[in-house]
Amino acid sequence: MTNKEWPLWEVFIRAKQGLNHKHVGSLHAADYQMAIENARDVYTRRLEGVSIWVVESKYIHANEPSEQDALFDPASDKIYRHPTFYVLPEELNHM
Amino acid sequence: MNQKEILFDYILHLADNSMIIGQRNAEWCGHGPVLEQDIALTNISLDLIGEARSLYQYAAEIKGGGATEDSLPFLRDVLQYRNLLLVEQPNTDWAYTIVRQFFFDVYHYYLNKMLIEHSNDTRLKEIASKTIKEATYHLKWSSEWMIRLGDGTDISKSKMQTAVEELWDFTGELFLESATEQAAAQAGFGISPSSIESYWREKVAEILEEATLTIPEKGFAQKGGKTGIHSEHLGYILAEMQFMQRAYPNLEW
Repeated sequence: MTNKEWPLWEVFIRAKQGLNHKHVGSLHAADYQMAIENARDVYTRRLEGVSIWVVESKYIHANEPSEQDALFDPASDKIYRHPTFYVLPEELNHM
Repeated sequence: MNQKEILFDYILHLADNSMIIGQRNAEWCGHGPVLEQDIALTNISLDLIGEARSLYQYAAEIKGGGATEDSLPFLRDVLQYRNLLLVEQPNTDWAYTIVRQFFFDVYHYYLNKMLIEHSNDTRLKEIASKTIKEATYHLKWSSEWMIRLGDGTDISKSKMQTAVEELWDFTGELFLESATEQAAAQAGFGISPSSIESYWREKVAEILEEATLTIPEKGFAQKGGKTGIHSEHLGYILAEMQFMQRAYPNLEW
């Protein structure tokens, strides 16, 4: 008998219709079906959500932390990339 | 018994089933095989105790004379409990717990479905309408564990088959109509358990087949729970459950 741990899954919950799924945490489960049910019990007990996504953690790829400078710093001094250099009409309230 | 007493007794039967299996499942709290299932089973336990609470509140109103949602579960003794023998059976191991839950879930689901469709008692219908959503999830959860472990490894399969054989003796009672159930069905607020039997057998056969488990062929039925004749286990459950109210009467949190 192999004493293998169940794989790790990342859980994403949509709080309500119209919002995007947000990462809420992770859990162990044998397969996606069990992962969804575990997520239901672990993360939606207090009406946190209306939709659950689970992704096996090994399929999430992240950037190398050592590349931090090369990836993100160049954007820090380029404020002209933000659309803040023109005046909005007054009728536009929700930009 | 007059109509009021029959209604009271019938509601107690429904409430006691959920209360006792809820209490049994609560024993797993902090001891589940994995954290996620510990939480899942505790959730189910809370659902069932919550359902029992609604029913005890209703029963207390009917009974009157100072009865409350607390006095009914915490101050009645073994002989006055009306739950099925199935729900008081010990947790033993994960296989027994799952099989007990599954047998109960199928019964619980169809019973509440029938109450919604056929009961002439508005309050019972309302409680059943709330319960059925939870019962649907419980059934899904326990069915999947039946299949997962039955159609799993040699060890998990043999443990599940053992639990099915052992607990099968307590399933016959589900459909043996008590005098209260008969009167309740006649009066229109209750459901005759025989009307659920074929649904139960069909669903159980379907899941056991998918789980590659064998349905026991024995027809012997342990019975008595519905009329207060219980196995030795219920006394221990009540001793633990009722300790605070017995030791410190009228204690409140």
